[in-house]
Amino acid sequence: MPETLPVTIIGGYLGAGKTTLVNHLLRTANGRKLAVLVNEFGALPIDEDLIEAQGDDLISIAGGCICCSFGSDLSAALMNLAELKVRPDQVVIECSGVAIPSAIAASVSLLDGFVPDGTVVMVDAETIQEAAVDEYIGDTITRQLADADLTLINKADLVSAAHVTQLETWLRTLAPSARSLVAEHGKAPLDMVLGLGANPRESQQMGHADGLFESIALPCPNSLNGEILARKLTSDTIHIARAKGFFVDELGALKALHIVGRRFDITVAPENAPLGIVCIGLKGQFDGDLIRKTASEAL
Amino acid sequence: MKTTVFSAKKIVTMNPQKPEASHVAIREGRILAVGSLEEIATWGDYELDERFADKVLFPGLVEGHAHTMEGTLWRYVYCGYFDRMDPNGKTWKGNKSIEDVLASLSAAEALLEDPDAPLTGWQLDPIYLDNKPITRAQLDSVSATRPIGVMNASGHILYVNTKALELAGLMKSGVNHPGISLGNDGMPMGELKGPDAMTPVGEHVGLNRSMTDSDERGLRDFARLCVRTGVTTVTDLAARLEPDGVETMLRVTGEPNFPACVVPLRFFLGLPPKELIPEVARLKKLTTDRLSLGRIKVVADGSIQGFSARMRWPGYHNSAPNGLWYISPEQMQEIYELALAEGIQVHTHTNGDQATQLAIEKLELALKKVPSNDHRFVLQHCQLADRAQFKKMAALKMSVNLFANHHFYWGDEHYRLTVGPDRALRMNATRTALDCGVPMTIHSDAPVTPLGPLFTAWCAVNRLTASGRTQGEHEKITVDEALWAVTMGAAHTLHMDGLIGSIEVGKRADFAVLESDPREAEPEKLKDVEVWGTIQGGRVFAAADA
Repeated sequence: MPETLPVTIIGGYLGAGKTTLVNHLLRTANGRKLAVLVNEFGALPIDEDLIEAQGDDLISIAGGCICCSFGSDLSAALMNLAELKVRPDQVVIECSGVAIPSAIAASVSLLDGFVPDGTVVMVDAETIQEAAVDEYIGDTITRQLADADLTLINKADLVSAAHVTQLETWLRTLAPSARSLVAEHGKAPLDMVLGLGANPRESQQMGHADGLFESIALPCPNSLNGEILARKLTSDTIHIARAKGFFVDELGALKALHIVGRRFDITVAPENAPLGIVCIGLKGQFDGDLIRKTASEAL
Repeated sequence: MKTTVFSAKKIVTMNPQKPEASHVAIREGRILAVGSLEEIATWGDYELDERFADKVLFPGLVEGHAHTMEGTLWRYVYCGYFDRMDPNGKTWKGNKSIEDVLASLSAAEALLEDPDAPLTGWQLDPIYLDNKPITRAQLDSVSATRPIGVMNASGHILYVNTKALELAGLMKSGVNHPGISLGNDGMPMGELKGPDAMTPVGEHVGLNRSMTDSDERGLRDFARLCVRTGVTTVTDLAARLEPDGVETMLRVTGEPNFPACVVPLRFFLGLPPKELIPEVARLKKLTTDRLSLGRIKVVADGSIQGFSARMRWPGYHNSAPNGLWYISPEQMQEIYELALAEGIQVHTHTNGDQATQLAIEKLELALKKVPSNDHRFVLQHCQLADRAQFKKMAALKMSVNLFANHHFYWGDEHYRLTVGPDRALRMNATRTALDCGVPMTIHSDAPVTPLGPLFTAWCAVNRLTASGRTQGEHEKITVDEALWAVTMGAAHTLHMDGLIGSIEVGKRADFAVLESDPREAEPEKLKDVEVWGTIQGGRVFAAADA
């Protein structure tokens, strides 16, 4: 198990569907123990059937997940979380509608034992473009989008396919570091939103019951220039939402590659990490053959 | 029923029916009669108390925006630039240089017996010290072995030494946070901006996580400051009001010698609006003579000097990006509508003029859905409002509490850096507010600036900045207007004007006991009017004994 807890940040304006997504993640956690921190006026909007027990500060949820709220002090809430007896596998922060995700990510990065693992910004397909030019909240929304690694276009069923396409083009400008995914009713695949977990190959082999996304595992020869590969995998035409895996670099060191949207990170890998890089993306967008071909140019 | 009659050199009533009197009668903690002894004697037997024969009785002063945590802060080392009086009445000399600050800290450090105990300071304001943050290396010179933390006057920045960073696990390279500046060696310099940067270190330097809640001793100490400044009713403007806190406040304020009425406002975070309003309605029923509950504080934006206030065009003078919302427009309106329906008063912190505009527009929409003839919603700070906004506030029957003290302490900074000359001149536009017919008070925001309504009145009358410039001549108000603002004006904003704010039959017997009549003070000497103490609910409190 890694020493640090990965923290996924879910941002987006009021009504974009953050809470629906959180409930969907809790429903499909599939053995992953999630700790959800909610900052929306202290409301704990967890679907009732998921709740096992409710204390003053904490809700216990089926499958070993928990949920608690935080007020104006996120760091204190995370520090409280670190003191819990049962260690979660992953933290999910549901931002308030006006929060700037990069500020939250920066705060997370300060705390020992936590590491930011992707910012997902929810987009209301019907209203986002109007809201983005609103006199009061327009700049808040464009700042949120600029911070995104993944944008999740929600309520896509309420608009035309042409509108979604137009929205995707628009998002490429406002969220240049992000891949956009399309969702209905906040139903986005867990592995895509939260990442592939500590053991990507195992996660991949567990299959994708919801059938919403596809994945491939790239074999990794010894002596790989990870940075060249990462740049290829984050280029414009490759629709990888997340990728994670381990390789041996040109100096013979075992390294971890981590991609969220169009950002990547290469770090020292844990000992004996299994070689290979798992890439996932949304069905319909994801082209495994193209990824293999592109990757082979770097391998 | 016992009646006590106080005679005084003069009684200034703030009641136009009888502006001055020689005697006031008190029964059951309330004002029975005001006038001559003959007039009062018509009520029957009384006991005459002549100890104030050479004093002026003035309506008890009302501070409409303060935080009781000031009482707690005085247990830490005072590091401020200006001389400041503590709850014991001792005036601490201002620290005029970094060397002074380090000397104050060292003197306190020498008194600590436990070698691991943290050393905590407060009220440091580098703006006055060549605008350079204090560094961990400088604080290490006070002690390299015990954790040290010094809070900025704003409360939103913390300066710490190396030991404190080590304890928090932040004494390392690679720290990447906009609130933490790094030195040439790649290590944190010791300056931590914003709650998320402060919290991980705060607990190691003696600042607990719920610092805004005043504890028992802090509450008593704060009340002693009230006695020394003539204050008989004081707000605690952003209280969490959790069950333990409410119980503590009820118990401490209920002590026989607790000398003030405290008005804590429930901070809006922590409960969704649909639960917040019923909770505050429940709290309202717990109100006692000395603890007035049942109001909500909403925070719309941040601060101007922190560049987190929401500004309209042309934004910040130094081109900083616009500030931050702490509530979404939709949620603001939801709180307003629910509160109007329940008859709960809402005070909204708006510093920037865009935040002010949003609050005005949202209240207008809410009032269309839930009409209310006397909601008394208040904008707090409202520092940059222009005439059009004040006119709109008047039309909507809103009130305002302007930050007159801020103008003195940071006016130069606003002129030079944050908003530029045009808007700096109109900041805290007391004249315009009154001319537009907006009921108005003025405040200290203690501990941000010192509690003292007569000083606050002086700030609004003279509009001097710390460097001695008059900033915004046209926004000055008269001494009488300023004194009205810190009595009846503040009472109005708390919806307590039927109970406090003037010396008038039926009202609570709350007086500031002064050495002279502030209405007769030279405008530039208004802050120097001496306070003997207070009478609160008919009980006498001498500053000398507080």
